[in-house]
Amino acid sequence: MGNVLVVVEELQGQLRSASLPAITFGKNMAETVGGQLALLVIGNSVAKAAEEASKLGATQVITVEDGKLEHYLAETYAPIVAKIAQEKQAQVVVASATAQGKDLLPRVAAILDCSLISEVTGIKGPNQFERPMMAGNMIATVEVSTPTVVVTVRQTAFPPAVASGEAAPISKTDPGPIETRGAEFLSVSAQKSERPDLTEAKVVVSGGRGMREGKNFEELAKLADLLGGAMGASRAACDAGMVPNDLQVGQTGKVVAPELYVAVAISGAIQHLAGMKSSKVIVAINKDPEAPIFQVADYGVVTTWEKAVPELLTEVQKLKSAQR
Amino acid sequence: VKILVPAKRVPDPEQKVKFKGTTLDQSAVNWQLNQFDEYAVETALRLTENASAGGARDGEVVVVSIGPKDVQQQLRATLAMGADRAILVEGADELLDAEVVARTLSKLVEREKPDLVLMGKLAADSESNEVGQRLAGSLGWPQATFACSIEVVDAGKALKVGREVDAGVELKKVPFPAVVTVDLRIVGPQAVKNGKTAPDHAYSEGARYASLKGIMAAKKKPIEEVTLAALGVSAGQHLKVIAAQAPPARKAGIKVGSIQELIEKLHNEAKVL
Repeated sequence: MGNVLVVVEELQGQLRSASLPAITFGKNMAETVGGQLALLVIGNSVAKAAEEASKLGATQVITVEDGKLEHYLAETYAPIVAKIAQEKQAQVVVASATAQGKDLLPRVAAILDCSLISEVTGIKGPNQFERPMMAGNMIATVEVSTPTVVVTVRQTAFPPAVASGEAAPISKTDPGPIETRGAEFLSVSAQKSERPDLTEAKVVVSGGRGMREGKNFEELAKLADLLGGAMGASRAACDAGMVPNDLQVGQTGKVVAPELYVAVAISGAIQHLAGMKSSKVIVAINKDPEAPIFQVADYGVVTTWEKAVPELLTEVQKLKSAQR
Repeated sequence: VKILVPAKRVPDPEQKVKFKGTTLDQSAVNWQLNQFDEYAVETALRLTENASAGGARDGEVVVVSIGPKDVQQQLRATLAMGADRAILVEGADELLDAEVVARTLSKLVEREKPDLVLMGKLAADSESNEVGQRLAGSLGWPQATFACSIEVVDAGKALKVGREVDAGVELKKVPFPAVVTVDLRIVGPQAVKNGKTAPDHAYSEGARYASLKGIMAAKKKPIEEVTLAALGVSAGQHLKVIAAQAPPARKAGIKVGSIQELIEKLHNEAKVL
């Protein structure tokens, strides 16, 4: 019988919400293969994150703690995940397709000598999965024939796991030898934002090259804040230095699927569309009526952002006051 | 340094994807070098030249592709850009998955003994974002994925790599030999610092075009052909695409005349406000 092991991420002592969809996938998968669900948290001090994880419906939570594991390194984490996967007889090893998940899990698959399936969006059976390919222009059903399989989960395709039932037991496991292979974590530039995380926000307001300069994004930020949403951007806007790269939505950058996606002054290159096409409702505002973004938009307005954004602020404000 | 650059051909991402039943229709596909891999070739060239001394070469760039014989065309293009030689490992697509590709590369690494394997972070068709990490894992080498900057440090013994992660940019140091996968920003004007080219040198954005001289020179550069069997790799997919289809089409949208009307629709019709 096979079990399911989900690697969950910890950030500054908290369970990272980006891992919650992987837990949902893990639960569904455990039902599909008829096994148990274990969650694994690795780091320096993960007690709090483990406690949060224990409430999410798994059979057990495993923690691995060591000072040398404070900063994530694929080199040190991958052998630990592989070791625990073997100990727990995991048939499926899972993580969300975050930057860490995408860096770590293929290395785990290499150690376990099994197949990896990236960015899974659906479960078709114990060894069949659905995933997008070709910048989202093809949905493939893939079949895997190795006894163990490693999976990264597209976060937007599964709802976040929520607290349910009794807390699962937490057990601490030895990391085994920690070998960095000479790799060294130096630093990370973390832009702290008060806004919700791009990949988790219900509303995303994105700007493109047509915004022309960074300070114009402040207008979009007002709209994002009014809608309680996150800010995004096209690659062109990031490359032009208008906003930091971590706001980028697209094939390079983040994949988002909010309830409402507002694309302002974005022409709609395929690479951008691949990152937002699954949004529930898409609004495009562009002065060029031929812009490709209008082909995926539910509602389009042909106008300049200079005219549209202030009006949007006023109209949304009006609607909010009326709702109160 | 000696750099091995694995490169893959992919269908032109700008072309409309066509289906034949539940398979991809490849009959009218324009094949081209995966852009991420093309950028890896550019990066490898930047790492092995002194751009402030007329591009004097210092090091070797070997490009390898695994696929049908036609891949010669893409390999020749990388030689025209400036790569020194190429290896074509013949293998039909239906024999290959990421595991087979990583095992093949691992055999080539044993043979070629590069200091660095440099490749795109993903192939634009399969988008599995996997081979570099797998290769590093099976070789027991350090890895730096999603690179947007690379600097040669420690007297040419290690790389300081800027990695695009969820929070921003992470800096990670990896000693040689290592596997590095690149993201699109790696071809920015100052993304690569090799310790020889003047640190303030600014490259033109993107991958270089082949010069006429480069194209002529490429005709004389060797493309070695080997088979999977000769490398001792048993091919066969453990991961198969058994069906493919277009994503559900989005309902055709409408253009509205004013922001007021937009808000009204979002509130009453789409019910997202």
